[in-house]
Amino acid sequence: MDLVPSVVRLEVQEAIHTVSSSKDGGHILSTLGSLKRYLGEMENAAPLGEREEFTTGHFAAFLRCLASKLSPDWLELVPDGRLEELWGSFFLEGPADQAFLVLMESIEGIAGPSFRLMKMARLLAQFLREGRLAALMEGQCWRQRQPGFPQLWETLLSRVVGLPDQLGNRLQRENLDEFFPQNYFSLLGEEVVRVLQAVVDSLRGGLDCSVSFVSQVLGKACVHGRQREILGVLVPQLTTLTQGSCLWQRVCWRLVEQVPDRAMEAVLTGLVEAAPGPEVLSRLLGNLVVKNKKAHFVMTRKLLFLQYQHPVSMLQSLLGHLAMDSQRRPLLVQVLRELLETWGSSSAMRHAPLPQQRYVSKAILICLAHLGQRELEDSRDELLASMMAGVKCRLDSSLPPVRRLGMIVAEVISSRIHHEGPALKFQYEEDELSLELLALATPRPAGDGATEAGTSLMPAAGETPAETVASAVPPSGPEDSVSELDSDDEFVPHDMSGDRELKSNKAPMYLRDCMEALTTSEDAERWEAALGALEGLVYRSPAATQEVSVELAKVLLHLEERTCVAGFEGLRQRTLVAVTITDPARVTEYLTSQFYALNYSLRQRMDILDVLTLAAQELSRPGRPGRAPQPGSPNPGTRCLPAQAASRPGSTVAPDWRLVVEERIRSKTRRFSKGPPRQGAAGDPNEFNSVAGYFFFPLIQRFDRPLVTFDLLGEDHLVLGRLTHTLGALMYLAVNTTVAAPMGKALLEFVWGLRFHVDAYVRQGLLSAISSVLLSVPAQRLLEDLPDELLEAGSWLADVAEKDPDEDCRTLALKALLLLERLRDRLLPRSSP
Amino acid sequence: MAAPLLLPPPDPQFVLRGTQSPVHALHFREGAQAQGRPLLFSGSQGGLVHIWSLQTRRAVTTLDGHGGQCVIWLQTLPQGHQLLSQGRDLRLCLWDLAEGRNTIVDSVRLESVGFCRSAILAEGQPRWMLAMPGKGTDEIQILEMPSKTSVCTLKLEADAKPGMPMCLGLWQANCSPHPLLLAGYEDGSVALWDVSEQKVCSRIACHEEPVMGLDFDSQKARGVSGSAGKVLAVWSLDGQQALQVHRTHELTNPGVAEVTIRPDRKILATAGWDHCVRVFHWQTMRPLAVLAFHSATVQCVAFARDGLLAAGSKDQRISLWSLYPRT
Repeated sequence: MDLVPSVVRLEVQEAIHTVSSSKDGGHILSTLGSLKRYLGEMENAAPLGEREEFTTGHFAAFLRCLASKLSPDWLELVPDGRLEELWGSFFLEGPADQAFLVLMESIEGIAGPSFRLMKMARLLAQFLREGRLAALMEGQCWRQRQPGFPQLWETLLSRVVGLPDQLGNRLQRENLDEFFPQNYFSLLGEEVVRVLQAVVDSLRGGLDCSVSFVSQVLGKACVHGRQREILGVLVPQLTTLTQGSCLWQRVCWRLVEQVPDRAMEAVLTGLVEAAPGPEVLSRLLGNLVVKNKKAHFVMTRKLLFLQYQHPVSMLQSLLGHLAMDSQRRPLLVQVLRELLETWGSSSAMRHAPLPQQRYVSKAILICLAHLGQRELEDSRDELLASMMAGVKCRLDSSLPPVRRLGMIVAEVISSRIHHEGPALKFQYEEDELSLELLALATPRPAGDGATEAGTSLMPAAGETPAETVASAVPPSGPEDSVSELDSDDEFVPHDMSGDRELKSNKAPMYLRDCMEALTTSEDAERWEAALGALEGLVYRSPAATQEVSVELAKVLLHLEERTCVAGFEGLRQRTLVAVTITDPARVTEYLTSQFYALNYSLRQRMDILDVLTLAAQELSRPGRPGRAPQPGSPNPGTRCLPAQAASRPGSTVAPDWRLVVEERIRSKTRRFSKGPPRQGAAGDPNEFNSVAGYFFFPLIQRFDRPLVTFDLLGEDHLVLGRLTHTLGALMYLAVNTTVAAPMGKALLEFVWGLRFHVDAYVRQGLLSAISSVLLSVPAQRLLEDLPDELLEAGSWLADVAEKDPDEDCRTLALKALLLLERLRDRLLPRSSP
Repeated sequence: MAAPLLLPPPDPQFVLRGTQSPVHALHFREGAQAQGRPLLFSGSQGGLVHIWSLQTRRAVTTLDGHGGQCVIWLQTLPQGHQLLSQGRDLRLCLWDLAEGRNTIVDSVRLESVGFCRSAILAEGQPRWMLAMPGKGTDEIQILEMPSKTSVCTLKLEADAKPGMPMCLGLWQANCSPHPLLLAGYEDGSVALWDVSEQKVCSRIACHEEPVMGLDFDSQKARGVSGSAGKVLAVWSLDGQQALQVHRTHELTNPGVAEVTIRPDRKILATAGWDHCVRVFHWQTMRPLAVLAFHSATVQCVAFARDGLLAAGSKDQRISLWSLYPRT
């Protein structure tokens, strides 16, 4: 017994000696050939015991020696590459783990690009090509039975997963295709499938083995962020393999179970993303969620509450997976409860960005689609309470998308939970999002097996609304069947667009008649006609208007829509604007005082703000003719748009400000173009100059004094938002006026006081106000009078740009910051070294 | 819908002014005088009948026979030299216009003070039939002219309560010797009378409001009626002489004073209270044009044989339109 090992050892020592020192090619060749006996697979193979001793004890050392010897001269010792072939075969045919380690080790040990490095790299590539990785991992599956070598495993793991990095570092530009991560990890995925196949085969054969090493490889690869590559290969193959095979399914479950905790999240996220549907996901994961704490946390909390970048298809798979098994179903109810709790909490609503709210809403709707009445019944009260809280704070929001989201989700929930009473019904415009959400809420038919074919869920979900739309259109038949086919060619219809309902012509001809008709007339037609005629009358007779301007403004402000007049709001607003323009000082004084007066509705107050903005815009418009434009003149879009949009809540704010900023940039950019000489607009005095103060200061003075009916700093934050937008717009329109500097100062103070307001709409207004201060107040004055305020504003802007939950706020802050930066660059070009 | 290119709204070919009072009746006399263009008669609220030459576009003569009371109906007899005019002075005058004369040769006393226009059935024979509102509220009287002998009085059964007759139309089917009378009543119903047997063949309620005007196309056995309401009703007559509502057409504004089908039965025109004349394709009832020219209610429309359309309005003007001229 003692002698046999020494035989092997002696021969190996002899061989090492020969290889390292001999210059005789033939001798080396024969030595290597004789050692090859110990690798088996030949007719003159050594006895089993000797082979085992060789592979466990001496193989690595011998390989190292071989690796170190590699050089062009050495290979030249024997012509026609026979030596090289034999040399390589030791690495490719010997035990894969040791060969792999030695290969990696020696590649690592080579200092720079050289012949040897390239040879080794090529050999490694060949090693990969010949599927030795699978052999390596397979070897580890069997090794489990012996007391393991944790050290070896660790090294192997890091080498296997880190291979692309190491090779990339080593080879730099010479890197081979096989070692690119996208190729390598796909290959690794295929090798994993092969190993699993072997495992399954051996389990069928009654042999026990473990997939623990494979799990660890998988986990580590996923932790390294290579889920897409490796799972992209693995999942489709497993999908087909697990179909109808319990053994495969169990191996899969085991594979995921054995993934170490720290890698569990990466693996699960990747799997849920890659799985084409809940059925497949269930086959791959089994009841892992119930068994594994970490998996439970990832699946029921992390993917739902903490992340929101995933597509809907992933939510569908995840929640569908939870719904598919009776053991997992209670989790779904619990998830729904928690989701609704989050949805209903007002602080979550304030601090979560809109995409996350959408994500949570989608998850809720999918849960509802999966759950049956009985299951919902148990936690009905709780769900209802959360829903009501959520709806309440969403409807309070001043951002339309948030409100709409609240309405849609509430409608669906109430129809599912509260089915004895009438379901909630809101009015909202249908758009892509609402259709998508509603489609999610309809339970999918049971046999929706499209997922099997590997098609993703998205198109399936997307098709549903399209189909319903298509089927809703009635089949259009011939409109009327004409019995005898008369040739109608000669009877071409004339344009009949002028065919309107006849209205009696009772419009008053004079301003005072109009006012009388509006205040006292009981005749609805006369009232309507008066309203229609008023704007024209105001423009036509400015003098008469000035006599009664305040009374007229009062009448219009208190006007209520008595009959259903098309475009009533617009008519009234335009007329009020006309009156304001005709007599700015007095009417503005009246309107601003009424804004803070007692008995007005929020609607009226917001109307006042809109009118002030539009009037200011009209007054400041360069080239405004002395005579106002024709009543009801077309294209109000071009001149009323920015201010109107600025005073409306919602996402339209951002693009308009971008427009404004772009326009400013364009106006500030010097161009050396050879275009045709442009006619400069004729110089006009800015009519807004003399009255800007009347518009601005009364509005900004009293916002912090609450009335019984009107509390700007309290719950009337919608009006406050409008106010901030209006002030910003007025500031912007006051560019080049003398009051701009004091206005800017007052506005900065106003902004400072409100900067931590909870409502995103208010904050948006504040940010746009800052932008308009920066744009309108002369730069010199800004730096001289308000340096501290500017500094403070700058730090606040930076803070908002980084941390604000609302995306529009962040964008606006960023734009304001850019303006600030530009200002600084322009004024202090040399201050910075 | 099918035609992508729409013709612009048409303008009147010319306008006749000078009646100095709202126009209530229009009638073309075809070119018996072989002068090419026909004459146009118009009856005004001031009781005058103007005779217009379409050649010179001037009034040729004025007939004053109704004592300042509104003229509501004008009709020439086929011989062409005699004109019937119905006025609200409760007289129906027969004028002799031959050889430049303009004298009243005969007159019939009307018993009804309503607005119902009379109707005649004259096919070249010396004797002709006249239908006019009768003495009782819902009666229609039939006279044989020129002898003025009362043929019969048509009255619905007691419990029908149709109200006053509002418009009348006499015609005779080619195959049958019986003259037939269509009458639109105040309750919105249209009745078909067999005059010789003095019985109602059929009666349908096709409007909610009083029937203001009707016209009948005996070739297609279809007729159309307009009312004070918004709806234009097309009804048809089947073999058993029963009326059926064929279809209805909703108008933009309520009120139709008169409906007339062009003699070639291609189009029809309505005189609207909304100041517009509407033109429809008769076969399909497809709207073809809205003629907006008048500034007050259009009271009457009439077609000449060559397709010229005349509309008379409360704004004292008569507009003439040439639409889809006959080829």
